[in-house]
Amino acid sequence: MSDAHAHSVAFVRETSLPPAPPPVAETGIVKWLRENLFATWANGLLTVASLYVIYLILSATMPWFFNGVWIASSLAECREILDGTTGGCFAVLTERWNQLLFGFTYPNELYWRPSLAFVMLFAALAPVLFFDLPRKLLIFTGLYPFIAYWLIWGGSILVPLFALVGFIVGYVVYVRLEKTSFAAGFFGGVGAALVTWAIGGYITPFLSGVLALEAVPSRNMGGYMLNMMLGVTCVSLSLPIGIALALGRQSSMPLIKWICVIFIEFVRGVPLITLLFVANVMLAYFFPPGTGVDLFLRVVIMITLFSSAYIAEVIRGGLAALPKGQYEAADSLGLDYPQAMRLIILPQALKISIPGIVNIAVGLFKDTTLVSVISMFDILGMIRGPILASTDWNGVYWELLGFACVVFFVVCYSISQYSQWLERRLATDHR
Amino acid sequence: MKKSVLFGALTVAGLAAGAAAAGTLDDVKARGKLNCGVTTGLVGFAAPDANGEWKGFDVAVCRAVAAAVLGDPSAVEFVPTTGKTRFTALASGEIDMLARNTTWTFSRDVDLKFEFTGVNYYDGQGFMVPKELGVSSAKDLDGATVCIQTGTTTELNLADFFRANNISYEPVPIETNAEAQQQYLAGACDVYTTDASGLAATRATFENPGEHILLPEIVSKEPLGPLVRHGDNEWADVVRWTLNALITAEELGVSSANVAEMASSTNNPEVARLLGTEGELGSMLGLEADWAKRAIETQGNYGEIFAKNIGEETPIGLSRGLNAQWTDGGLLYSPPFR
Repeated sequence: MSDAHAHSVAFVRETSLPPAPPPVAETGIVKWLRENLFATWANGLLTVASLYVIYLILSATMPWFFNGVWIASSLAECREILDGTTGGCFAVLTERWNQLLFGFTYPNELYWRPSLAFVMLFAALAPVLFFDLPRKLLIFTGLYPFIAYWLIWGGSILVPLFALVGFIVGYVVYVRLEKTSFAAGFFGGVGAALVTWAIGGYITPFLSGVLALEAVPSRNMGGYMLNMMLGVTCVSLSLPIGIALALGRQSSMPLIKWICVIFIEFVRGVPLITLLFVANVMLAYFFPPGTGVDLFLRVVIMITLFSSAYIAEVIRGGLAALPKGQYEAADSLGLDYPQAMRLIILPQALKISIPGIVNIAVGLFKDTTLVSVISMFDILGMIRGPILASTDWNGVYWELLGFACVVFFVVCYSISQYSQWLERRLATDHR
Repeated sequence: MKKSVLFGALTVAGLAAGAAAAGTLDDVKARGKLNCGVTTGLVGFAAPDANGEWKGFDVAVCRAVAAAVLGDPSAVEFVPTTGKTRFTALASGEIDMLARNTTWTFSRDVDLKFEFTGVNYYDGQGFMVPKELGVSSAKDLDGATVCIQTGTTTELNLADFFRANNISYEPVPIETNAEAQQQYLAGACDVYTTDASGLAATRATFENPGEHILLPEIVSKEPLGPLVRHGDNEWADVVRWTLNALITAEELGVSSANVAEMASSTNNPEVARLLGTEGELGSMLGLEADWAKRAIETQGNYGEIFAKNIGEETPIGLSRGLNAQWTDGGLLYSPPFR
């Protein structure tokens, strides 16, 4: 058989072929290109067109960027150095770097203080953002606002110290009284804190030299520092207030409910810029000349009220999304209202609300640039006012505004990346 | 602590409303600082430099007043104001005076209850066109597209001018000066119109300023000057006569360089009265005898201030024009120091 077969065919392979590499068109980058960029005739055309547009954009911007001048003392000098060639004048960033970050009136030799506060901010935020970290770190988070205040504004350490003591006393009283009733604990705590602050207010003026850093008034804050300060303060304050408002809106007590409803609807119906004008302009009429609440504080209050109303609505959405069974389950376990909220309802409602809250936080952070219209020199105010109005740098727009875009993008993109991580981590979709 | 401040504020509010109107000069002396309202930034007129030091033509007026009243040109708290917040800041007493290239108009003087204490810059609305357009007079602009800031008096002046000359134009509305620069350079409009000083400052920032010209027509009156609140005439006098002292100093040839020498050795009686070596002018104002000398010493006379901040040697390069002394054919005319 085998012989016959050997005669009937010319060649018989006795070993198996080594595996051939897949055809070029079916592997690696070529496959990817074929499938994604040139799958059909029309797709190929679109790809070529897009590449051409990208080339146009890059060929216009790249020389501008890489040929940029980084050291010069004025726009005229920049143009002299460029000598007719294309190039950005980034020297404005290097020359006015400190002004962009700290404003133009913060004392130069004290820049380390807000910088230190900024670095410590990360340490303070870490345990809040990443709950795998040891819980003991939260103590530092609690202390941080007082340390940051002392570093940025300066003055005697007694002022933030008394503020802190007030909170501690209030908390201790609250814990003592809470066993009898929540309301007694709450109002007792607030009262005790106020008494402590009042005593502190009488004592501190006499001891203003104790561990005093050089004081810097709010008026001298500016630049990106001001945006960060407003953003961080207002977001962290408006979250608890927003939760309280959302719960208040669902309350069965008509007085509380209607106060919350009216507040939320009123604030949401007014543009932020109107509130800022009220803070800056109108309130000045109610105080005699020379007195009055600090402008920074007025602005913080207005922005906080504004964003807390929005956050309240987001959280209300989260609360409404919870099945009624969750509330009933809490009741059937015999939990009272604060316990039910703290242990069962809010953890779930807040989880659902994360994307919305982050959305508001990002929006709020960008809205802090609105303070430039009430003549506060945040980074945009610095650019539009002092820097563009100087004879040296009048006419430099792309470089300055591009820089502002970059610094805002870095922060806002990090926030949104964090929230996506948090959502994955908490797996809010009930899989 | 805040609460006690609040209650205290409420109790004295009524009293203060009356008291504050009376003695701004005493308030400033007691405070040791002059609160002066300026712009948030206008090229040549007011802007902080790289060291955060305020510089400019309007700023010099603030510093001169501080030097005259307090003897220290750096004893000024500059309060930056926007076009929208400037009048409330002054009316509410947050600032003692406003030196923010503000046009003296009837309604601002009378209806808003302010007192303009003089004119430190005579401005007017002008036109800028590219040279290649080949236009030499605004009357040749028939059918031109014009970049114009909306909601300003310049918009109304423009309409008036074109109607009066029976020619037509196409407005291109823009919001800010920065936007106008971009639009104009991009060729979205043939003509850009705003205050002549602003046009000059804008042109100075162009890459090729020589390719653009300012037309000779000035179509409106924009006298810019410092202002104070109604009802405190002593304080208004201080600001008015400090400005007049700077103008008179130039007229009489007193400059920051020779003021000390002039004070000791002048034969001109008006110079002696101005610098306080003769007469009682200082004490009439409630100031020290050498008040004007201090202002001139630290800031220079009007001509020096002009040359240093916006004059022809600076990038802005404004010529004196209307702002020359009356003896040189300008409008600057200070009442005599007598």
